[in-house]
Amino acid sequence: MHAYANPTRFLSLARPLTLWFLILGLALITIGSAYGLFYAPADRLMGDSVRILYIHVPTVWLAMGGWTAIAIASIVQIAWRHPLAAVAARAVAVPGALFTALGLITGSIWARPTWGTWWVWDGRVTSVLVLFFLYLAYIALAFASSEKGGVSRVTAIFGIVGAINIPIINRSVVWWNSLHQPASITVGGSSIDSAFLWPLLVNVIGFSLLFGAIVLMRMRGILAETKVEARLKRMAAE
Amino acid sequence: MKAKHQRLALAVLALIALVGAGLLAAFALQDQANYFYTPSDIVEKQPEVGQAIRLGGMVQKGSIQRADDGVTVTFTVHDGAAFQPATYTGITPDLFVEGSGVVADGKLTADGLFVADTLLAKHDENYIPRELEGIDMTGNMTRTDTLVE
Repeated sequence: MHAYANPTRFLSLARPLTLWFLILGLALITIGSAYGLFYAPADRLMGDSVRILYIHVPTVWLAMGGWTAIAIASIVQIAWRHPLAAVAARAVAVPGALFTALGLITGSIWARPTWGTWWVWDGRVTSVLVLFFLYLAYIALAFASSEKGGVSRVTAIFGIVGAINIPIINRSVVWWNSLHQPASITVGGSSIDSAFLWPLLVNVIGFSLLFGAIVLMRMRGILAETKVEARLKRMAAE
Repeated sequence: MKAKHQRLALAVLALIALVGAGLLAAFALQDQANYFYTPSDIVEKQPEVGQAIRLGGMVQKGSIQRADDGVTVTFTVHDGAAFQPATYTGITPDLFVEGSGVVADGKLTADGLFVADTLLAKHDENYIPRELEGIDMTGNMTRTDTLVE
């Protein structure tokens, strides 16, 4: 794993990966969304508003996946002192917050015709809002504590502590009576008809690749910034 | 034990302890964090007349009756065990149909009728195309309990 601690080696892998993730991700999102919007059937009760599913579910999953990645990277940073772990965690924070916001917004738009309200304080909705605030706090901490492009140990510890919210979001619809419906897709199977499921899965993969491409771009940006800073320092010293 | 492993063990231990604490806290919150009361909760907890409560459950099949004024609707909410008659005046959401989930804010009157000020519809986890409607509705009836588990 430490082989990629060398930024040159990491970059030689990250550069082509960014491009492929981006192209493949955008292609899959186009296919999935086009199919979902124009060819997939309307839902028995929700009608055409069911189509928000194809954006809402991938963004919220990635919002949760983003923090899971931050937590794992934080553990790797603290335990192995891997230099790229902190860079990765920092790179995930902003797109993670953005995807959480997108999930909340699409959810709110969906809730208006379906539930009859823009917003409710039920377990699921509230815990995702908490996730959004955790992201904002993480970003603030990370930018306040910038150390050679990475994040401080306090930020890493916050990344681990914040992971507490992920199982709570996941279980919120099971533990509490909530307005949000329980999970449709579980390890045991799916209660979403296959006509809806295929475009959804295509979009989930597409958005994941796009998310990966954004994170890689940001990691490269952070590494480049570190390089510039180091060079400026050297030039100033000479 | 190498320092690296020690740090890893500490980090993992901290993570497990935190998640455990979070789960325990959330579990303890169970009653307070519930978004609504089911009809069984109302029977059990006997809220006072006029006290603001939120009622949630399934709309009983065949119970929706619209009054002549066009905006008042009466219906029965059930959770498989208890039944609660309710009334609401206003525009109902699209998903407010018989056999579907509903969440209503309001209060109980002296004669046990629940008068709702707001009415929200709850969707279940099943997504079914319109064309398959007739087939899957019967399959759904056995799953109405998912709302209150």
